Amino acid sequence: MKITFDWLRDHLKTSLKEKNLLEQLTNIGLEVESVQNLSSGNGLFKVAKITKTEKHPNADRLKVCDVDVGEKELKKVVCGAVNAKEGLITIYAPPGAVIPKTKTKLVVAKIRGVTSYGMLCSESELNLSNESEGIAELSSKYKNNIGKSYFSKSSSNLIDLSITPNRPDCLGIRGIARDLAASGFGKLINLKKKKIKSNIKQTLKIKLNKEKNQGCDVFGSCLITNVKNIESPQWLKDKLISIGQKPISAIVDITNYVMIDINRPLHAYDADKIEKGIIVRNSKSGEEFTALDNKSYKLEKGMCVISDDKGVLGLGGIIGGTRSGTEFNTKNILLESAYFNPESIRTTAKKLNLDTDAKFRFERGIDPLSIEDGLNKAALLIKEICGGEISKIDIQKIKTYKTKSITFDPGLFEKISGFKISIKEMLKILENLGFKFKQKKKNLELVVPSWRPDISQEVDIVEELVRISGYNKIKIIEPVKERKKPTLNKAQKLFHFLQRSIASKGYLEAITWSFTDSNYNDHFRGSKKEIKIINPISSELDVLRSSIFSNLIMYMNKNLDRGFKDLSIFEIGPIFNGSKPGEQNIVVCGLSSGKKSRLSWIEKERNVDVFDVKKDVIQSLNEAGYSSDKFFIDTEVPNYYHPGKSGRLFLERGTDQVAAYFGEIHPNIKKKIDMKTESLVGFEIFLDNLKLSEKTLNDQKKKFNVSDYQKSERDFAFIVNKNVNVQDLINAVSSVDQSLISNIKVFDVYEGENIPVNQKSIAISVTIQSLEKTLNENDLEKVNKLIIETVENKTGAKIRS
Amino acid sequence: MSDLKKLKEEFLSKLNNKLNLSEINQIKSDLFGKSGLVSLQFKKIGTIAESERKKFASDLNIIKDELQNLINSKINEIENAEINEKLQKEKVDITLPERPFVRGKIHPVSQTIDEISSIFSEIGFSVEEGPDVENEYNNFTALNTPDNHPARDMHDTFYLDEKKEKLLRTHTSPVQIRTMLKDQPPFKIIAPGRTYRSDSDQTHSPMFHQVEGLYIDKNINMGHLKGCLNYFIKEFFEIDKIKMRFRPSHFPFTEPSAEVDIGYEIKDGKIIIGEGNKWLEILGCGMVHPNVLKNVKVDPTKFQGYAFGIGIDRLAMLKYGINDLRSFFDCDYRWLNHFGFDPLDVPTNYRGLSR
Repeated sequence: MKITFDWLRDHLKTSLKEKNLLEQLTNIGLEVESVQNLSSGNGLFKVAKITKTEKHPNADRLKVCDVDVGEKELKKVVCGAVNAKEGLITIYAPPGAVIPKTKTKLVVAKIRGVTSYGMLCSESELNLSNESEGIAELSSKYKNNIGKSYFSKSSSNLIDLSITPNRPDCLGIRGIARDLAASGFGKLINLKKKKIKSNIKQTLKIKLNKEKNQGCDVFGSCLITNVKNIESPQWLKDKLISIGQKPISAIVDITNYVMIDINRPLHAYDADKIEKGIIVRNSKSGEEFTALDNKSYKLEKGMCVISDDKGVLGLGGIIGGTRSGTEFNTKNILLESAYFNPESIRTTAKKLNLDTDAKFRFERGIDPLSIEDGLNKAALLIKEICGGEISKIDIQKIKTYKTKSITFDPGLFEKISGFKISIKEMLKILENLGFKFKQKKKNLELVVPSWRPDISQEVDIVEELVRISGYNKIKIIEPVKERKKPTLNKAQKLFHFLQRSIASKGYLEAITWSFTDSNYNDHFRGSKKEIKIINPISSELDVLRSSIFSNLIMYMNKNLDRGFKDLSIFEIGPIFNGSKPGEQNIVVCGLSSGKKSRLSWIEKERNVDVFDVKKDVIQSLNEAGYSSDKFFIDTEVPNYYHPGKSGRLFLERGTDQVAAYFGEIHPNIKKKIDMKTESLVGFEIFLDNLKLSEKTLNDQKKKFNVSDYQKSERDFAFIVNKNVNVQDLINAVSSVDQSLISNIKVFDVYEGENIPVNQKSIAISVTIQSLEKTLNENDLEKVNKLIIETVENKTGAKIRS
Repeated sequence: MSDLKKLKEEFLSKLNNKLNLSEINQIKSDLFGKSGLVSLQFKKIGTIAESERKKFASDLNIIKDELQNLINSKINEIENAEINEKLQKEKVDITLPERPFVRGKIHPVSQTIDEISSIFSEIGFSVEEGPDVENEYNNFTALNTPDNHPARDMHDTFYLDEKKEKLLRTHTSPVQIRTMLKDQPPFKIIAPGRTYRSDSDQTHSPMFHQVEGLYIDKNINMGHLKGCLNYFIKEFFEIDKIKMRFRPSHFPFTEPSAEVDIGYEIKDGKIIIGEGNKWLEILGCGMVHPNVLKNVKVDPTKFQGYAFGIGIDRLAMLKYGINDLRSFFDCDYRWLNHFGFDPLDVPTNYRGLSR
């Protein structure tokens, strides 16, 4: 909402300054978004008279004018306007002035060899009208003003307010003035309401259809006949220009003026273009009309239309139609002042994707009792400016406005706000805001002003009182430092733990969007459902991600393009399995590219590989409290992993909740997205599938129990079929006697010479130690034999002799 | 001269020569080996007459000690010399680089969330969460923003179905609804998380982060709200004095509602919080609307309290001098490295937010 202090002064008597005004507006919730000095330098534009014109020596179409600008010396100005002639009173802009329309700053310039001191302006250049043919022609009344500033009100800044949707009343200057006055910033001026005095009947028939969900409750109108629609007088133009609006014609300008002044939207029809009478009704499906924005709209069933015998004239409260629009030659006007239902307005505007000033106001709620005020104010102005005869006001209605009243317990104020004001003060504030009241024992019986649709219950009254008293009166109550419940639950702790655990292994944490490009997502979607966004911001962000890989890989590629080679990034966040709330999982997803120890003088470089990510996954899970002794790994992985170099991890054998996947990314994906790196490996840990420990850290520590008896290390080499997993072999060894076998290490895996085809050799070192005694050769030999037997039985292996 | 004395003189003089390690070891074995000269003398002790035995034994022990000490010190000397010689050869250029290591980092938004949680933890708030995909009821209707409410225009919403029933939450406020539906008052929670609006430019990103706060109990008023936020802002920016302004505003789910500005100034191109006379909006808040409480079956005549919503990315930008919101989600390696935090920098109550 754009206002000026000058316009406010039409309604507000105050001696305070603009600086105070800006502060106060913000203090009462009418936030000042910006202050703009639209008219800065407007004082430079002067009324001037051409005293002489000569043809430009070097250009046929240009003239060199001597201009009287009220100074001793005449100014020489080069001008191209046809109407520039001796004796013309016009508007002169000196060097240094900024032309409002083009925002260019004038300088002393040579135009085809003749120096021009400033410029004579057209109305369009000054944003006064669209008239760009020739320079402005001022009436002879201005002859006494030569040398004086043309713009009378040049000091008022354009103030842009951000009005919250609950305050339609403040979409009018008067509403803002009322709020300011209530807060002590001046006094609201009591305007004498002038009323139409007429004996002429409104002869155009208006009919409000009584239909279900008909969006127009009340339709007020009057006819103004024999008008002459002209340009608006200067004061009215000034007013509209001062808030950045362009004057159009007197009738349009007057309706705009009344709308801005008291937030009462009006519509003026060319009465001669209305066939027989007005019918306000619900639209039929498929009806069409051309609106004032010169676009054609096809309507759905049930929209509130203003129509005549021939069809739709306009959408009530949203936009008028071209068929009945007023023009400069309009003679007879039907002026409409109606109440349209906010919901109906909003539904229609949304369906047609229409946004107009009137719609903005009606959907927030217009004062239902302002219908006659608007007609009186606008009609009388039209008569004053355009002449003509005004009819009586005609009001048709299908609903009557009922005043709202609220029983207010003054005690609620302190209970909510935490500070006190007297009942007297409360009443003063409420009265100034337009409430009527009766005191009823302890309570106040309040009648809500008709322009406040936002107020419906006691707490709304509290809000008004706090707002006007000032939020600075709210006293700070220091918070108490105590904690009755834990801040984080177990799942949240695990989230934070794993996040930092992964980062500590050299991964940079990324946060990417929850949506992604469906082309990328498809690589990592597997058999999951695609979840489309109906209104994506771009086609590259059109689905919710099924895996974090899609985004990580996209950004990894960008970083590779930046010249980085060896990168590790990860993200912890949601992936989506369905479009219902809750159909999402928390995943930690990491991705590594390139090499380890590239170009190191001391370490051999090698590609990152599946065992790097396996380490990261297992170490992090271990750190998070999951014992790797029980981990079970198989090769059932989604198709975006390399089928031979990837794994699926369970916390325990026999559970069905996948704890993690890890492995090389499928080379096809690398190829498809044209990714150039020696190696690409990644992992996904599924937090929701990790069992949360109920134990405290204390409970998790078992009794300290170590053996001081001698330990022995025995090495074994087994030859097994290629398809036997080391995991099975290790499990077989540890199943022999868990109290004796304290550690198993794989120190060699070999295939090739000396080993039969389709077989491999696995060498392990087993640490054997008892908690009870030092084992003698005999004991050890027994264990050895048992190990060999068990492994051979369980895996089909043969001990290598 | 007794045999012993002769033995001693002889070997002392032998040991005074310049000897290498094996020569010394030879002498050692000549003297103290199984049939070494000294060892043989010890075996003789039993055959010596009782009257002389004591003296003999004593003399023998003295000689043994003397020779042994000398031998040991000679060996030490040589070993030291050898080590010293080896050290001379073993010198490396210690300015060569160490073995390669990589450092991971925590994203500034994650760090900021942890900072926020730590601050609110101290005054008794617990962390709650809700899903990113919400239904229209939790995101709007239950929050006193029925369909056709103009306030819905301020939220450019991503929808997941044509009926517009499923959406990406536009704020973290639906967590209020979920929390209150699932439990009984009092409620004292914060809910950090991802939020979404279909808006993208220098200052808007289609995804951003918010933290919701909710405190409902019997007598929680606007003074408590002001105190809580004043405390939070001071703690978060790690300054003692803060210029804070509460300004009336409107949110459908709170009444009265406020927006909070903090004072700042720009010094040498850097933003300084808490000084100067410019205002920066950092959050919205208010007293939870009775309609919202009714929607979640909490009796508004018995319980009341406040709620607030803070933009986390914005806070991180202010605190850490980050200019462009979109860079948060661009995943530029250099940016993550520059603005990221060491994983060991865990904000906690006892050690504070900063090192």
